[in-house]
Amino acid sequence: MSAATAPVEARRAGPADLLGLAARRNAWTLGLVGFLALLLVYTKLIQPRYGVTGIQGLAISVLPLALAAVAQAIVVIAGGIDLSIGSMMALINVVAAVLMNGQSEEFGVAVVLGVLLLGVALGAVNGSLIVLTRVPDIVVTLAMSFVWAGCALLVLPTPGGGSATWLMNLVNGSFGNEWIPQAAVVLVAIVAVIWIPVRRSRMGLSIYAIGSNRLAAFRSGVSVGRTKVLAYALMGLFSALAGLSLTASTGIGTPVPGPYTLLSVAAVVLGGVSLAGGRGGVFGPIVGVMILQLIRTDMTFLNVDTNLATVLQGIILIGVVMIGSLVQIRRARA
Amino acid sequence: MSGVAGTTAARSRWLHVAAWRDLFRDRPMIPLLALLAVLVAASDVVRPGIVAPEWAGIVLRAAVPLAILGACQTITMLTGGIDLSVAAVASMSGFVVASLTSGPGTLTGIVVALVAAALAGLVTGIGVGVFRVHPLIMTLGMSLVVLGMANFWQLQTIQTQVGVAPELRWLGSDAFADVVPYSLLIFVPLTLVIVLGLRRTGYGRMLFAIGDNPTAARLSGARSWQILVVLYIISALMAAIAGFLFSGYTNVASVSLVDSSLLPSVAAAVIGGTSIMGGRGGFGGTIVGALILTVISSLLSSLGYPEAVRQVLFGAIIVAVAAAYTRATGES
Repeated sequence: MSAATAPVEARRAGPADLLGLAARRNAWTLGLVGFLALLLVYTKLIQPRYGVTGIQGLAISVLPLALAAVAQAIVVIAGGIDLSIGSMMALINVVAAVLMNGQSEEFGVAVVLGVLLLGVALGAVNGSLIVLTRVPDIVVTLAMSFVWAGCALLVLPTPGGGSATWLMNLVNGSFGNEWIPQAAVVLVAIVAVIWIPVRRSRMGLSIYAIGSNRLAAFRSGVSVGRTKVLAYALMGLFSALAGLSLTASTGIGTPVPGPYTLLSVAAVVLGGVSLAGGRGGVFGPIVGVMILQLIRTDMTFLNVDTNLATVLQGIILIGVVMIGSLVQIRRARA
Repeated sequence: MSGVAGTTAARSRWLHVAAWRDLFRDRPMIPLLALLAVLVAASDVVRPGIVAPEWAGIVLRAAVPLAILGACQTITMLTGGIDLSVAAVASMSGFVVASLTSGPGTLTGIVVALVAAALAGLVTGIGVGVFRVHPLIMTLGMSLVVLGMANFWQLQTIQTQVGVAPELRWLGSDAFADVVPYSLLIFVPLTLVIVLGLRRTGYGRMLFAIGDNPTAARLSGARSWQILVVLYIISALMAAIAGFLFSGYTNVASVSLVDSSLLPSVAAAVIGGTSIMGGRGGFGGTIVGALILTVISSLLSSLGYPEAVRQVLFGAIIVAVAAAYTRATGES
């Protein structure tokens, strides 16, 4: 093949080739989507009544963890990790519930905007501490998880508070067609409005760059420290959204952090984001969250003991990750 | 003239700081012990007369199980890993012994618990060493598996009487003359084995080598997968021992007993100067780290702060100590 023909061929690459390229690039995510589809079919087989209500329930129960997984994915892509996401969600959850309790619907809008800003601030504090002290991310965020959980207990010692009605209506019910749960629409809208523009901007590229190779990013003129703080601030925003979704779906504030931190790490890894940083996206982790949740649902349908369900969840997590790293090892050898 | 004096002062101050940095880097134990002394002094200021031999015994009894869990984190962090399954393994071990004490006997219970812990460690080690799964995710998944199995075992043994063995209660919560805890009978030999093992044996040096530079270690002929499998088995066995002491110390048999000590165990190793990136650290620092954490939480509770404020201060202090440490050793 001569050098002259190569570009011509490249230009002639049809939609099929582009599709093939996209498929190869997103093989892991496509595999996850296929697995999710199989799981849905399987669910329908073992529980013929699984339908509209099942999908609704899945969407609502998935929403907080899916947003937490997006938050975790962003910092993991930037080469960090945040072990305080669960505590942050609890803090936002109680602040929103306390402020909205017994107030007007309009005041609720102000509260939502306020706690989103608070989330950005909390994330920025984590990021700044990591950049300024140069202590590893995992240590700083581990310690900050105590701080945020303590703050949540200070704000609200026992579960209580309330939520604006519109916020609760936002995630419950369906959107137009009964098969489209409103919670899913909210999730898609949040990701489309916030993450996709960021991903396509200079900042998104910088986030991937510092996660992929810090030194190379620095030498290409990326401000590593500032990008890291921004990535953590963005994580804080998504954690705040996750915390708000807890307020919306439960209607109250609970000061004790749920298992979201570790589950978000699990979902991120399951979703094909490398813990080494710089690789992956937010779509995979969201699918990963849905798979984790659907497996739990199936186990209830099959009357599997909940403790065995925990065991199986761990085994599936380990198994999937093992397959993933085997694929990577093979690819590296080839 | 004043300019000259200023330069001299600046230089001597610079020398001063550099000397301190060298001291921190070469002898990290000195600043750590100084911090511990300050905290002990603060405890005495807050509650005059509290610092007495009996108080030291109470602190030691609480710190020993935490330090053993910290040992699990220390040896895994030396290779650049982490073990988040220690809490689940420790709780499971304590519970298994408690559930078998009234039937087959305490000794059988201990053997069964150690075998179960070793199996968990073996699987973790194979995942990390052979399949190259990130230790964070591997140990996280393993803690789910262990927790679920422990819960399942709890349901199976719901008929039998569950109670912490008197031997373990004695070991975990009694002390010679109310001062020297009997848990030191386990802890001192274990410490000797860990410290000498890390410093004097080839295996210990391998751990540092793998954490420092995995490629160089492999090219020098280290079979890292075998080392990692053994490492995670050792870590799980130590977690089981910590679990025995925890159940004896609290006189509680529960499958989630040790959960709240997971993050402090990582914090103890980090405060003690073990790098989470691998290749640097030791068990001596971790012991002091566990003592510091125990004294801090006893100090905060004697100040009468509510749990919430204690948590906030606890977190802030961990960040501050880690930051001071990182700055002092000049490591990024």
